[in-house]
Amino acid sequence: MRPQTDTATTASVQTGSEPLLDIANLNVYYGESHILRDVDMGVASGKMVCLIGRNGVGKTTLLKTIMGLLAPRAGAVRLGGESITRLTPDRRAKLGIGYVPQGREIIPRLTVKENLILGLEARPKGALKTTEIPEEIFELFPVLKTMLSRMGGDLSGGQQQQLSIARALMGKPRLLVLDEPTEGIQPSIILEIEAAVRKIVTTTGMSVLLVEQHLHFVRQADWYYAMQKGGIVASGPTHELSNEVIQKFLAV
Amino acid sequence: MDALLEAFFNGISIGAVLLLAALGLAIVFGLMGVINMAHGEFMMLGAYTTSVVQNTFKPLGEPLSGLYIFFALIAAFIVTALLGVVLERGVIRFLYGRPLETLLATWGVSLILQQFVRSISWVMVLNIGLFCFLFFGAQAILSRRPNFERIRGWFVIIMIPLSAAIALIVGNITGSIFQLAVTRPWFGAQNVNVAAPIWLRGRLPLGGYQLPYARLFIIVLTIVCVIGIYWFLNKSAWGLRIRSVTQNRSMSACLGIPTQTVDMLTFAIGSGLAGIAGCAVALLGPVGPNTGQNFIVDTFMVVVVGGVGKLVGSIVAAMTIGMANYIIGSYALKPIVGGIPALDNFFNFFSDPSMAKVLVFILIVTFLQFKPAGMFPQKGRTVDA
Ligand SMILES: Nc1ncnc2c1ncn2[C@@H]1O[C@H](COP(=O)(O)OP(=O)(O)OP(=O)(O)O)[C@@H](O)[C@H]1O
Ligand SMILES: [Mg+2]
Repeated sequence: MRPQTDTATTASVQTGSEPLLDIANLNVYYGESHILRDVDMGVASGKMVCLIGRNGVGKTTLLKTIMGLLAPRAGAVRLGGESITRLTPDRRAKLGIGYVPQGREIIPRLTVKENLILGLEARPKGALKTTEIPEEIFELFPVLKTMLSRMGGDLSGGQQQQLSIARALMGKPRLLVLDEPTEGIQPSIILEIEAAVRKIVTTTGMSVLLVEQHLHFVRQADWYYAMQKGGIVASGPTHELSNEVIQKFLAV
Repeated sequence: MDALLEAFFNGISIGAVLLLAALGLAIVFGLMGVINMAHGEFMMLGAYTTSVVQNTFKPLGEPLSGLYIFFALIAAFIVTALLGVVLERGVIRFLYGRPLETLLATWGVSLILQQFVRSISWVMVLNIGLFCFLFFGAQAILSRRPNFERIRGWFVIIMIPLSAAIALIVGNITGSIFQLAVTRPWFGAQNVNVAAPIWLRGRLPLGGYQLPYARLFIIVLTIVCVIGIYWFLNKSAWGLRIRSVTQNRSMSACLGIPTQTVDMLTFAIGSGLAGIAGCAVALLGPVGPNTGQNFIVDTFMVVVVGGVGKLVGSIVAAMTIGMANYIIGSYALKPIVGGIPALDNFFNFFSDPSMAKVLVFILIVTFLQFKPAGMFPQKGRTVDA
C-alpha cells in the first residue's frame, strides 16, 4: 500500500471511502517557472469538487496536468487507485476523464454532430459507429438539437460551451473536469449550465472537478479547494465557505 | 480547335500527375504543418516497385502480364506506405512541432533513398535485415527486464555499433564468397524503364488530336484516388479522427483519439499515394534515382497555392499549374497572340519546359503576395503542431 497522504484524508472526509481522483505532491513547471507547488487534493466518487483561486494561480495548469497535457516534474496522479502519471491524454480519456477545457476547444471545421460523435472516442471500445446522438444530451442542452449540421467554429461562445460539455458527456466519463465553464457567458445560460452539471452529478453519480468563479455555481459543489500561488491553501465543505474565504479567493 | 483541345488535354494530364503527386503531400502537410521532402523519393520508389512487379509478371506471357499495372499500383502503395510508417515512427515522430528540423531531416532521408536505390543489392538487404534482427531482437528480449528504462541509454550505445559491426562483417564475408551474384546492385545508377501494358499503348482519337491511353489511364486513376481520399476523409471514422487531429491536436488527444496512430495512418496513406503517383509517372517515361527531385518542388507549389486542409484547393491548383505549364511551354497561345510582336517575342522566350517553369513560378510568387494562404485558405484556427 502507498503511504497515506493528507490528500487521501481530505478526500476521504468527502465520502469516507477511497477517492476516485487522487493527486499527491504535484510539482509542475513551465520551463523554469515553478507553477504548481506540492499540490495535494482529491475528488471522491460521485461528488462535485470545486477549485477556486484568483487569475493565474495555476488552476488550468493543474487540470492540464490531470489530463496529461503537462508532465509534472514530481508527484503522482491516480485515478481509481491506479497511477496515470505517465499516460498520454488519450489513454486518460479512455480511462474515464472527460475534459471541458477553458476556451472550449471545439474542433472548428467539424460539424456539431461530428464534434459530439468524437466524444464517443473516450468510451473504452471507442468505435465511432453510432450516428444517433442520445436523447439525454438534448435534454441537458436543447440548443444543440437544432444545430447539428452547423460548423463547430460558427457557434456562439455559450453554444460552444454547451457543446464542449455535451461532447465530454458523450464518452460517459467517470470524472468530468470543467475549467471555467461559465467564463464570458450570460447569466441565464450560466444557470442552465449549472443546472445541467448538478443534474449529471445526481442522476449518473459522475464525479465532477470544477474550476469556477461564480459564487452561486461554487456553492453547488460538495467540497472546495482554494489555491494561491500554485498551492492549495484551504479546503472544506462548500457550506462552510466563509465570506472571508470567498473574498480572498474568488475574483468576483 | 484541335490545337486548343490538345492544349487542354495535355494540360489536364500534366495536372493529373501533379495532383496525384500532391495529394499525399497535402494530407501530410495538413497534419504536420510541414513538407515531407522525401515525398518525391517515395514516388521514385513507387516507380521502381512498378518496374519490379512488371518484371515478375513478364514470364506470364501477354494478355495476363498486361494486368501487372493493377498489382503494381497495390504493391507500390503498400511498399511506400510501409516506408512512410517507418519514416514517421523512426524520425518525424521526434520532431513534431519543429518544422525546420523536420524539413531538414526528411531532406536527408530523401538523399539516403536516392543513394539507396542506386546501391541496393542482396548484400545490402542482408546487412540491413541482420542489423534490424540483432538490434530489435535484443531490444525485445531485454525490454522484458524490469530495469530496462534505466539501462536503455547503455543498450543503445552498445547495441547499435555491435549489431552494425556484425551485420557488416557477415555481409562482407557473404559478398566475398558469392561475389557478383550478391554484390551487384539491383538497379544501379541508370534509369529503369517501365513499358506501359499493351492495352495502354494506343491513342484515343479526339477529332484531329490523339490522346494516349496511358495519359487517359492516369487521369482516371487520379479521379479514382481523389474520390477515394475524399470518401475516406469525410465519411470514415478514421477520416474523422484525422480531420480532428489536423485541426486541434491536443484537444483531440483529450477526447481519447489515439493521436500517434492517427499520425502513423496519415503518413502511411500520404506516402502510399506517393507510391501510386510513382506508378503513374513510370508509365510516362524512364525513371531514375533523381526522378523524385523533379516533382517535389512542383507538388510543393500545388500544396501552397491550393491552401492547406482543402482537397478542392489541391485539385484546382494542380490543374491550373499543369495547364499553365503546358500552355506556356508549348506556346499554345500562338494563334491568339502571335500577331502582336511584343507578346510573340515574350511567349517565344518562355516556350520551352524549363523557361515555362520559371514563368509559372513567377506567377505563383505574385499570386502568393495577394493570397498568402492559398486559393482556399482554412478558416478558423490553423494547425497547431
Ligand atoms: N504556456 C505557458 N508558458 C509559461 N507560463 C505559463 C503558460 N501557461 C500559463 N503560464 C503561467 O502559469 C501560471 C498559471 O496559469 P494558469 O493558466 O494555470 O492560471 P489559472 O489559475 O487557470 O488562471 P485563470 O483564472 O486566469 O484561468 C500563470 O502565471 C501563467 O502566466
Ligand atoms: Mg484558467
